[in-house]
Amino acid sequence: MNYQYLLLLADNPLILGHRLSELCGHGPTLETDIALTNIALDLFGQVRNYCQYAAELHGEGKTEDQVAFLRYEHEYRNVLLTEQPNHDFAWVIGRQYLFDAYHLPLLTQLSDSKDSRLAGIAMKSIKEVRYHHRFSSEWVKRLGGGTEESHQRMQAAMDQLWSYTGELFLETEDEKAMKEAGVGADYGKMRPHFDADVQQVFHEAGLVIPEGPWHRTIGKNGVHSENLGYILADLQYMQRTYPNMEW
Amino acid sequence: MELYNEKLEAEFQSKIDSGQNIEAKDWMPEKYRKTHIRQISQHAHSEIIGMLPEGNWITRAPSLKRKITLLAKVQDEGGHGLYLYSAAETLGISRAELNEQLNSGRAKYSSIFNYPAVTWADMGAVGWLVDGAAIMNQVMLTRTSYGPYARAMVRICKEESFHQRQGYEIMLTLSKGTEVQKRMAQDALNRWWWPSLMMFGPRDEESVHTEQAMKWKIKLKSNDELRQQFVDQTVPQAELLGLTIPDPKLKWNAERGHYDFGDIDWEEFKRVVAGKGPCSYERLKTRNEAWDKGAWVREAAMAFAEKQQEKSLKEAS
Ligand SMILES: [Fe+2]
Ligand SMILES: [Fe+2]
Repeated sequence: MNYQYLLLLADNPLILGHRLSELCGHGPTLETDIALTNIALDLFGQVRNYCQYAAELHGEGKTEDQVAFLRYEHEYRNVLLTEQPNHDFAWVIGRQYLFDAYHLPLLTQLSDSKDSRLAGIAMKSIKEVRYHHRFSSEWVKRLGGGTEESHQRMQAAMDQLWSYTGELFLETEDEKAMKEAGVGADYGKMRPHFDADVQQVFHEAGLVIPEGPWHRTIGKNGVHSENLGYILADLQYMQRTYPNMEW
Repeated sequence: MELYNEKLEAEFQSKIDSGQNIEAKDWMPEKYRKTHIRQISQHAHSEIIGMLPEGNWITRAPSLKRKITLLAKVQDEGGHGLYLYSAAETLGISRAELNEQLNSGRAKYSSIFNYPAVTWADMGAVGWLVDGAAIMNQVMLTRTSYGPYARAMVRICKEESFHQRQGYEIMLTLSKGTEVQKRMAQDALNRWWWPSLMMFGPRDEESVHTEQAMKWKIKLKSNDELRQQFVDQTVPQAELLGLTIPDPKLKWNAERGHYDFGDIDWEEFKRVVAGKGPCSYERLKTRNEAWDKGAWVREAAMAFAEKQQEKSLKEAS
């Protein structure tokens, strides 16, 4: 198992979970508030599994919290999609759905990993992510087919968010190595699932799949948007301000 | 007509006296209904506003484990709000109306949430003291006469005592930590102690609702009794933490078998209840912003549900 590959897997739920947790107490209804918090809770649970594994792999007494909290910005490996802000509820739902449509086939593949610990984490997570996908895809349809305004907002959010989906399937060196070792996912096999999912959901939602150009910076290689610095300022605040303490 | 009402009211009261619950469909005096709508909705609003001071620490929680438990706690409070709104709805008021009462500032909620949560230690102090004080009231309310309210309380109490333990555990960790952590814990206790005592409401001689409330079993113990019980329970817990309760008059009274404690600043209490607490403006503003920003989402969900219904009707015919 490659340490960097585990960070790649951990950082997406970490940063997406962070974005969702910003919304706790601020949702459009109590019911959606609670549902989004559930998703965030699942994601942070997954983060712990990956970070515990990474910490053990690293050795030298490293802890899950040191893995999660104490890295420089360029050492975070999340995709740019996950760090996009909660501009409005359509962005929240669009970001969630596009990530879920990627996350689900990713975990399906990882549950066949030759690395049994990773396979175990993936199998446990997949049940949760199936629910996330159901929630987000239903909301895409609801907003797409709701009112004139919700339709416009949903389409506008997708028009922006879509440009971050290219990165999802760009294979980094670490991902390539792990794929070849039979440990990591094979994007070639995942892609058709993602495409079919998106086609169906956009169609049912009455939305147009945006075209073209994808952003060229790649969070997976540690090149981030302006957003990550602010996220880390919150995420790392306690660990940075009060170093080496038990909480 | 009047005779008829008197008979109903006597039956109603004897039902309560014999320990039976009043259910939504049962006859009840109008005043009972109104009092319950007011109390249950205030309680629900408190849960919802209560999400905010702690919610603002979720993104800054110091560890993954603490982040998850805090997030789950704040979510529980949202769930409590939901059960309680449902209980209020059984008395014939709509969610929309309840929400309007909160957002417009007409409805009250627990003043404690108008205090700021300024450090991580506040997540400990709030759980330990605020959830702790809330439990005392709520345990009593599991035996209240209105069935839907009593049942909501049973469910809520289980979670609240979990919150209190988590809060205490945060304080324990801090008090075993570095100097700066201990100072943080003491500072949080200093700020939350008196507002927590105020949570039990005015002194008995100044509490307007108590007598009627006792008759209807909305209250089984008076404000002062509950406050004393809270102090007695909390002092040894603070000692265990090695923290000092910010009250020079606090002293064990062997004769009474209780702790004596100093005077509450009732002027401050009145000020905060009147909406002039340190964060009163922010809490309501935040609530209103979230609600207003969500308007188009709620409209969309409604429009979509209607369209789905039309579609299935067409398919059926
Ligand atoms: Fe609660
Ligand atoms: Fe609570």
